Amino acid sequence: MARIGVFVCQCGNNIASTVDTQKVAEEMKKIPGVVYTQDYKFMCSAVGQELLKKVVKEHRLDGIVVAACSPHMHEKTFRKACEAAGLNPYRCEIANIREQCSWVHHDKTKKTGTLKSTDLTRMTIERLKKNKPLKTINIPLKKKALVIGGGIAGIQAALDIAESGYEVILVEKEPSIGGHMAQLSETFPTMDCSQCILTPKMVELSMHEKVRLLTYSEVEKVEGYIGNFRVQIRKKAKSVIEDLCTGCGECIEKCPFKADSEFEVMKGHKRKVIYVPFPQAVPNIPVIDREHCPKFLKDKCGICAKVCGPKAIDYSQQDEIITEEVGAIVVATGYDLMPVESFGEYGYGRIKDVVSGLYFERLASASGPTGGEIRRPSDGKVPETVVFIQCVGSRDPKRGVPYCSKICCMYSAKHTMLYKHKVHHGQAYVFYMDIRSGGKRYDEFVRRAIEEEGAVYLRGRVSSVYERDGKVIVEGADTLSGTQVEIEADMVVLATAIVPRKGAKELAQRLGISYDTYGFYNESHPKLRPVETNTAGIFLAGTCQGPMDIPDSVAQGSAAASKVISLFSREDLVREPILAEVDERVCNACWDCYYACPYSAIEQHPLKGRDGSIVRWVARVNEGACQGCGVCVAACRSKAIDLKGYTDEQVYAAINALV
Amino acid sequence: MKVRIGKRPKGDLVDLIERISGEDPSLCYQCGNCTAGCPAAFAMDLPPHQVVRLLQIGQEDMLLSSRAMWVCVSCLQCYSRCPKGVDISKIMEALRQVTLRRGKDGIEVKGLPVDLLSQSPQQALVAGFRKLVS
Repeated sequence: MARIGVFVCQCGNNIASTVDTQKVAEEMKKIPGVVYTQDYKFMCSAVGQELLKKVVKEHRLDGIVVAACSPHMHEKTFRKACEAAGLNPYRCEIANIREQCSWVHHDKTKKTGTLKSTDLTRMTIERLKKNKPLKTINIPLKKKALVIGGGIAGIQAALDIAESGYEVILVEKEPSIGGHMAQLSETFPTMDCSQCILTPKMVELSMHEKVRLLTYSEVEKVEGYIGNFRVQIRKKAKSVIEDLCTGCGECIEKCPFKADSEFEVMKGHKRKVIYVPFPQAVPNIPVIDREHCPKFLKDKCGICAKVCGPKAIDYSQQDEIITEEVGAIVVATGYDLMPVESFGEYGYGRIKDVVSGLYFERLASASGPTGGEIRRPSDGKVPETVVFIQCVGSRDPKRGVPYCSKICCMYSAKHTMLYKHKVHHGQAYVFYMDIRSGGKRYDEFVRRAIEEEGAVYLRGRVSSVYERDGKVIVEGADTLSGTQVEIEADMVVLATAIVPRKGAKELAQRLGISYDTYGFYNESHPKLRPVETNTAGIFLAGTCQGPMDIPDSVAQGSAAASKVISLFSREDLVREPILAEVDERVCNACWDCYYACPYSAIEQHPLKGRDGSIVRWVARVNEGACQGCGVCVAACRSKAIDLKGYTDEQVYAAINALV
Repeated sequence: MKVRIGKRPKGDLVDLIERISGEDPSLCYQCGNCTAGCPAAFAMDLPPHQVVRLLQIGQEDMLLSSRAMWVCVSCLQCYSRCPKGVDISKIMEALRQVTLRRGKDGIEVKGLPVDLLSQSPQQALVAGFRKLVS
């Protein structure tokens, strides 16, 4: 016969105001197998826990039910207390009589609340009687991390992990790390030069002995589970042998062919066909753009190979597939900007002097196409009036995206300052809907743009942008004065919405992580688990999760790294034993579970006879990958699968106690 | 009404008003604290915060055609409430000065009815002359 103890918590008045806890405790005494019951004011308090431990020992209990708040709150607390008292922690169960009872009942006579609490506790007692003692599971752990994306978030995450002594592989799609931050001129709110603060980190990363940097590479396939991922990375052919190349740049100089530069944003700005994206690129090794190189298109030219001193050019180089085993993955794939051609009223693509915010960054950047001079694209003149339009695509549920892109208010203010610093007699106008400058020293920054740098802010949207006599006319509204406004400008800059990186959804599917309607990756909990995904061992950093600025991205990079480090700091992985278990005697290998499992935790396992030949196949649960969701249990037609801690037997016992 | 903004948001008049009043309208972020507390705003065609807004975007005509400056009683409630320290009563005074010096809207003392002159307290008349005749 079981020896079960029942504790009914009053939770101050949270439970006791609508539940007669004493009566519930007395009722429970009548159930066979229950040898001790008590109600108490705060079971979760230190005194309550001590009471629990004392009673377990004194009454030699073999199971505990605590009727209290949701198991999400204090299941761990009470199980730990049980363990301290020498009881298997999985012989402790929680009956939720707060969230699922007292809080939803308003009957001050306590009649309904007491009745329901009695039922809930009785069900839990019957369920507990079928509980088997379980043990946590230890799984070996590969202490090496993969970081996908070499922008500032990825760089920070990789550096932090490497600094704590673990190996890191950083995979970057482009020929150089640096991401969008490398394209920016100066950064808000301190106005320090973006490259000056970024490039030291890039170099530090590339020199770090614990970091393996794979640029021009993409993650093709991810298998496995937390602690034991197997990753396939495609290292695209650079057509340059990295070990031989000295980065002298002779090949780039002599290359006679050009193609559009991705880095300089705007069409018309060219780079060579063999190129590094920008002068401070890391690694400083050029790649050949095979789509535009005549050597690959028509087998002509070959100048780069002739001029290369160390003979590093290799036209026959093939893509390489690298397989790596890692214990954790940080996803930091970043963002794209919404293509603005679809917003006809702003004239982008039609009017040359309408440019994107990122292009303005390049214009203002000392390493940009104009060497840092603000010159408009159409005729190279210095614009004397510039209109900045915020919320292009953002906060526009009808034609764009409903969310706020978060960084545009700040960078538009920064743009007005950069412009004023370079064109002293110029006038900047900003069309905005709201100024969202939440952040340390952010609002002061925007006020400085208005009060000291003289930017005029107009609260309203723009209806049309058109050309007249060499001017760009912007028509819009100023709702603060309740007027329509028409501005004769020389240049228009559009603050376009942040959207997920192209291919974000495909990568998410490869990784087995979830994403929202737009393609931003979902965090496990928006407040309390901001860098974890719902897939154990995969973490998020930076704008792949949603719009955020550089400080936030860096903070997230470090946060994700600290999650990886805390994972690696353990000898091996300790996991809750609430996992699926296959009864191999019953399994008929229909593989419904195999296809149903969202975590690919079901393995097809051959059972072999004495002579080594395969007798039959059965499903087996990979305890590292299983998350205990129970989908396989529902899918199994032969009822061969049970979820430990939530077996059919337990569930039926609970139901039987009710009916 | 449509507002056309050329190369500069401010015309000469706005410059003048800024000089006379010594106030910087660009400090204002249009929170509306001034209008909220103004005891005369109910009678104004342009509430105080809009007067500042029109200065910010340089709308001279709308400013000068407004009657708000004459309704303002210079009680300084707006100034005491303003989180940014903009003294709108000074701006209103500057607007009145500019208008009166252009020879517009001034009060002919001779034209005032004798009844009013005989019944009004002397202090009110002096204050009124200061404000309305300049």
